[in-house]
Amino acid sequence: MAFTPDIQVFCCHYTSQQALAEGPEGLAADGFPANATINRLVCGGKLKVSSLLAAFEQGADGVCVIGCRPDECHNLMGSQRAARRVLAVKKALEELEVEPERVAMFHLERGFHPEFVRVTQEMNEKLQQLGPSPFKGEKR
Amino acid sequence: MIIAERKPVNEIVEMVKDAKRVLVLGCRGCVSVCSAGGEREVELLSSLIRLGKQKQGQKAEVIGATLVRQCDKEYVDEIDQWQGRYDAIVSMACGVGVNFIANLRPNDQVFPAVNTTSFGGSAEQGVWSEQCAGCGDCVLHLTGGLCPVARCAKSLMNGPCGGSVEGRCEIHQEVPCIWQFIHERLNRFERRQDLERVAPIRDWRSAGHGGPRKTVRDDLTV
Repeated sequence: MAFTPDIQVFCCHYTSQQALAEGPEGLAADGFPANATINRLVCGGKLKVSSLLAAFEQGADGVCVIGCRPDECHNLMGSQRAARRVLAVKKALEELEVEPERVAMFHLERGFHPEFVRVTQEMNEKLQQLGPSPFKGEKR
Repeated sequence: MIIAERKPVNEIVEMVKDAKRVLVLGCRGCVSVCSAGGEREVELLSSLIRLGKQKQGQKAEVIGATLVRQCDKEYVDEIDQWQGRYDAIVSMACGVGVNFIANLRPNDQVFPAVNTTSFGGSAEQGVWSEQCAGCGDCVLHLTGGLCPVARCAKSLMNGPCGGSVEGRCEIHQEVPCIWQFIHERLNRFERRQDLERVAPIRDWRSAGHGGPRKTVRDDLTV
């Protein structure tokens, strides 16, 4: 049976604005994975390393962070700060000998864009290949 | 301040492999300022220890807390409030804090979460550089306020050496030659003669070569 990963998506207000306006049915119709949960932030700069680690503690198989393009952030540095925090989590995963690909940062144009759906689909495929999170203690 | 950096998580998880309940203890002193062992880092390390244990199929209860300082008895005594709730303490303070807990709590196992690296300052955001070696016999009044013990790769007392090139140290291009800076500063103040004074051979006992150092202030002891 195919593995269905638990994906936690952290995205800023601006990159997710149009995606959320679609509503759950609209997003599903566009191909947004049903196993991905959106956690909306006022800005990528508000993202905390501890929130990303907590997602893994609570059972996420992977975490996807979506922010504005680095030079187009509404709050100037927010998405760059988010990217640095994602790198910190990648490093921590490596230290724990867990695949750093389980967390990824994507810089997208603001507003609804098919890329918002596409990157979550990409993440879904990658996590299906990687299998369940080693933190769950399940057989891989 | 004292500069420190977190040890690799796997090392820390290995230290507490037999502990089912872990108290991760931060310090609001120096390590908080250099982002190695303050409240935020306690939150992260607690999470990482839980994840490390989860990965090994173990469950662990991890309490995260932060003391005002770990280098004073009255603050270390606050650990009493968690008595009976932990099997091991992971201290995120500098080595002084770990030693103080070991000194004052003979029945508690304590492990270091950070490597204590140097006495330094924040050169820019996220970057700290060594400025002082704590050698116990300051020569800064002779060297324009710049420390040759900590900041010269060879701790020379009469630099620069032959390896200094255009103000850069021979050990690495990124390292400034502090002796070049010392000469430039003393020239600016027309105090070159400070360096011409013949000094006796340095007595390094004050730097720890004479055993552990102790400072006693009679006016403060009770």
